[in-house]
Amino acid sequence: MNRRGYGEFEMTFKIIPKSVLAEWFDALNRDYRVLGPKPKAGQFIFDEIQTIEDVDLEYPTTILPPKKVLLPTKEVLFSFDANESQFEPQIEAVPVIILGIHTCDMHAIALLDHVFSSGYPDQHYLARRTKTTLISIECLKPCSEHAFCKDTGTLSVTEEFDLHLTDLGEDYAVDIGSEKGELIMANAPGVREAEIDDYQRLETVMSQKWARFPYRLNFDVSELPSLLSVSYDSILWKILGTKCMGCGSCTVVCPTCYCFDVVDEIDFSLETGERIRVWDSCQLNMFATVADGHNFRESHGARVRHRFFRKGKYLASAYGQRGCVGCGRCAQACLAHITPIETFNELYRRQFLTVYEPRGTMP
Amino acid sequence: MTKTMKEALHSPSIYMPIPAWITNIRPMTKLEKLFTIELPNGMSLNHDPGQFVEVSVFGVGEAPISISSSPSRSDGSFELCVRRVGGLTNALHSLEIGSTIGIRGPFGRGFPIHRFHGKDMLFVPGGLGLAPLRSLIGQVLDERHNFGRIIILYGARHPSEQLFKDELAEWEARDDVELHLTVDRPDDDWKGNVGVITILFPKVQLHARNTVAVTVGPPVMYRFVLAELLAKGIPEGNIWLSLERRMKCGVGKCGHCQIHHIYTCQEGPSFSYAEIKHLKEAL
Repeated sequence: MNRRGYGEFEMTFKIIPKSVLAEWFDALNRDYRVLGPKPKAGQFIFDEIQTIEDVDLEYPTTILPPKKVLLPTKEVLFSFDANESQFEPQIEAVPVIILGIHTCDMHAIALLDHVFSSGYPDQHYLARRTKTTLISIECLKPCSEHAFCKDTGTLSVTEEFDLHLTDLGEDYAVDIGSEKGELIMANAPGVREAEIDDYQRLETVMSQKWARFPYRLNFDVSELPSLLSVSYDSILWKILGTKCMGCGSCTVVCPTCYCFDVVDEIDFSLETGERIRVWDSCQLNMFATVADGHNFRESHGARVRHRFFRKGKYLASAYGQRGCVGCGRCAQACLAHITPIETFNELYRRQFLTVYEPRGTMP
Repeated sequence: MTKTMKEALHSPSIYMPIPAWITNIRPMTKLEKLFTIELPNGMSLNHDPGQFVEVSVFGVGEAPISISSSPSRSDGSFELCVRRVGGLTNALHSLEIGSTIGIRGPFGRGFPIHRFHGKDMLFVPGGLGLAPLRSLIGQVLDERHNFGRIIILYGARHPSEQLFKDELAEWEARDDVELHLTVDRPDDDWKGNVGVITILFPKVQLHARNTVAVTVGPPVMYRFVLAELLAKGIPEGNIWLSLERRMKCGVGKCGHCQIHHIYTCQEGPSFSYAEIKHLKEAL
């Protein structure tokens, strides 16, 4: 894997001029379904792009994260014929390029990869994932007041990228992360190896970037799991529970929320049908309800807590990677204005800042 | 044999069941029926007591159901004792002998029966909890020499709601099984104990340090039964129970059965009390 580094002072990236992007996209569109950030009603969505005009790589953030490509909102797992006792698995696999993925979303994809490839590997996810080429882009300025990627350590890309772009003004610097990346770079027109001058340009861009991003948590994110542990019984969950409307928007827009429901859809003949996987949400009332009606997370507060614990602690315990990548989408989507930054900071304030109150003299 | 079932699960989709047939249906109570299920080509489920399967009725959906029969008495088929409570179980109840259903599994961690060898076994099923526990009790009875005393405390709401009455009678008749029954509400013919399951505890003297207790029942029962078991002095690691959750996928993905970072369908549904006592939300 080619990574930037002074190591041997090798030029490990390539340069593609922005002027050839249109031509490159046309070439990519012949072999792939190309998805990228596209303006829609004042916001952005990952959608099919036909030409360079469709896409805006300087987009702030998208409504839905790229997980919708790897884990569609609704997908057929298999079709069945009730009479024949026959099932036909549906494993979709079209070559897709997702272009312009922010680094927080790359961290999220890394987590999804882990979840769906460990234990019982999920063939449906993996078939799509294998056919998907990820072209990420370096974030050079904060995209939203709700994003706290500098705190969550998701401000740089993960190793999952196939190509990684950094905007150098007239050109993009391109890191190649895999054979898939190499393959599509081979078709790119006007590409050249980076020279010393390019390296300096890249370094300037990267060094200016860091300072633009604010820290938004009042504590180090490595403390988050233990902060949550001691805050399990905090009254804050009750307070948030009274605000939360239980709509599930936060989990829909979350790049690492992957919980799902499985339902049958049967056709009019009542003989053939399909088993469908649809997104589900732990914020919905029935999510943890068992057959006899007992709900293991009955209150809004318990469900809000479950979400924040999942994002800050549980997934880290289960998969070694934090569930929250700091993208800020849930804060943007929340009708009750519940945000992870305020929630985590408030827990911190309640647990640590109110315990010891200095009164001007040393104790 | 096991391999076949496991391979079936690994290709081509972990969500695709294999077709199975209902070969017998035995009505048990107003709400419960016992289904005998056969897999194709003489395939054996090869489960551990305490594990569950995902049952499909095509067009209706899928639900997790614990296995009622003992692996030691399988003869290729297995049994599911199903209460009619939701969409899937209602559909299942409407099926007839010969109907096709779908099966995935077995899933989860069963009871670690080898760790119980040499111990006195105290079984405390409540209501439908006897269905999964019957699997373990059956195997323990079939390996009777590996265990000390066998004590069963079974509580049902009403005599008409008692499950597996013929087996209760069999256990009653054995002199190497101590069976105590109670019902919350008696009918005119009931001559036995009346009251919730905890009234049975004073009736048994235990060698607590050498006893393994296994209890399965509704969530509300656990709080009271656990208090009794702990008061008897049974070590926390020797108290086992099964947690009911909505295990939608069975393969640790869908999130419905999650308790903190634990997926009940993978690490459970059988847990020792020592394993879950710090897990708030578990009980």
